Amino acid sequence: MAQVGLQHFLVVAALLFALGIVCVVTRRNAVAVLIGIELLLNAAGINVVAFARYGGNLLAGSAFALFIIALAAAEAVVGLALIFAIHRRLRSVDLEQTETLKG
Amino acid sequence: MPTLESLPHVLPEVALAVTAAALFVLEALWQPRGRARRVGFPLLALGGLLAALLFLVASPSSAEPRFFGGLLTQDPFSTFVRGVAIVATALAVGLALGSPSLPSNRRVEYHGLLVLLALGMCLLSSAGHLLMIYVAIEIVSLTSYLLAGFDDRGGRSAEAGLKYVLFGGVASGVMLFGFSLLFGLFGDLSLSGLGQALAHSTTLSTGAGRWATLLALVFVLAGLGFKIAAVPFHMWCPDVYEGAPTPFTALLSVGPKAAGFAVLLRFGTGLWPELATDAAAATSALPWLLLLGVMSTVTMTVGNLAAIWQDNLKRLLAYSSIAHAGYMLMGVVAGGREGPGAVAVYLAVYLIMNIGAFAVVSAVDRSAHSEDIGVYHGLGRRAPLLALAMAVFLLSLTGLPPTAGFVGKLYLFASLIHHGGFWYVLLAVVGVLNSVVSLYFYARVLRAMFLESAAGEPAPVSLANSAAALAVVLAVPTLALGIFWQPLAAIANFSGSLF
Repeated sequence: MAQVGLQHFLVVAALLFALGIVCVVTRRNAVAVLIGIELLLNAAGINVVAFARYGGNLLAGSAFALFIIALAAAEAVVGLALIFAIHRRLRSVDLEQTETLKG
Repeated sequence: MPTLESLPHVLPEVALAVTAAALFVLEALWQPRGRARRVGFPLLALGGLLAALLFLVASPSSAEPRFFGGLLTQDPFSTFVRGVAIVATALAVGLALGSPSLPSNRRVEYHGLLVLLALGMCLLSSAGHLLMIYVAIEIVSLTSYLLAGFDDRGGRSAEAGLKYVLFGGVASGVMLFGFSLLFGLFGDLSLSGLGQALAHSTTLSTGAGRWATLLALVFVLAGLGFKIAAVPFHMWCPDVYEGAPTPFTALLSVGPKAAGFAVLLRFGTGLWPELATDAAAATSALPWLLLLGVMSTVTMTVGNLAAIWQDNLKRLLAYSSIAHAGYMLMGVVAGGREGPGAVAVYLAVYLIMNIGAFAVVSAVDRSAHSEDIGVYHGLGRRAPLLALAMAVFLLSLTGLPPTAGFVGKLYLFASLIHHGGFWYVLLAVVGVLNSVVSLYFYARVLRAMFLESAAGEPAPVSLANSAAALAVVLAVPTLALGIFWQPLAAIANFSGSLF
């Protein structure tokens, strides 16, 4: 078995990033889009941790990764609160039904 | 500079953080009623903002511009943008007084979030480290999402908040991925460290390294472009501006944009330090400048052309603010000392005229309950003072003399033409042509106000509210600065330098 190296982490992160973009672009459900955003943030997190471990700047990278985790949680809270507000009004979280603003 | 010695330099931010915390805690513990709630809390917020502004003016100068181990970089440009952010927030507090678009039982939260937003903008405009940029952008974004969805009278505002949080989340995720690539390629998170690594690294000599760097820069530009509402990251802008409560829209169109421009400039001069001194020599920054130049051209053209078809004044001003982001990007492209100076002048002018225009929209909305261009028919006869103020703001947004907008655009075009070179002059020409196009849709509003008469029996527009008063007050400097522009020249001189 080959040794697990930096490349393996980067490939996983790139795949996660691509999946996140696909999820954000194709899904019509607001909660699913929010999940896609979490995938994007975690892809960046994996990248940062891998670069920190293999690049030598361990402290800075680990601190950055912790901030990414904390702020991703904050973003999910705000996003879900707004989805909740929409759901109370429209009884739906489908992005195609929340289309009163356009032009 | 180590942490303890850095503290006196961030007193404005400390004042804002304490004020925001005080607002939330007092609301929870005391739950005031009546006048204390209506007047007391806005006054507390204004007091905190005023204290922050005084701390900013009196902040000690320091030979060493980097604080907290390089997390924050303070220079004249960041000091100026912090001032713009605080003043814009204070104006938004003023606009919100008595505004029907804010639920009366959640006024205190509104002011607390506004002060937090000001804190985020101040941090963002002096962030000199990728981690600090990310944290500050998230403070600005998270408070903006909540404030955009604050009006609970209909579904529009919640929908605006939802759209904003989804677009914003994607933009910050993409930007973060770009940051992680930069960290991996150059092994540093501080902008100055990245600049040194970029100058000496062998990464750029290989084809793969160049492409990876370019990809990272494009990703970063996506996040920053979202904050300044530049095309193609502008789709959220008209919807959010229309749905959000008007007092907050006024702030959103100025504050986060100003902070976004500060971080965009600092990112460029951090990675390519020669951009700050001699822009013509910065050939290594070419892909970055090329990206920004193309973005500037596309942004102002799309913004101006889309604005032509808008019948809702808030949407029209949203597209106009997109176009203005394109104009200000011209200053970023010009670089050197003149570019940032021109951006600073334009930000000052834009602060006054754009918040003024939104104040008029807010004042009309209070009696007409609509932002449609139809309710502006005959405004010149019903509320001459308000219509006159709006005319001044619109002429200034077009950039016609003798208004402040003319002086601001003059500085932007001059920075490009002094830089010289075919592409730079061409960009300036595109800017001039765009200003001509913008005259068309601004003049449409003027015609509605002064030449067309209202159908039926329109509601009278009251001048006795904070929005109308602010609009009239802001019209004075918009005209005065167009005639006596020494203060603007002083701004350009003061804030042209970035470290």
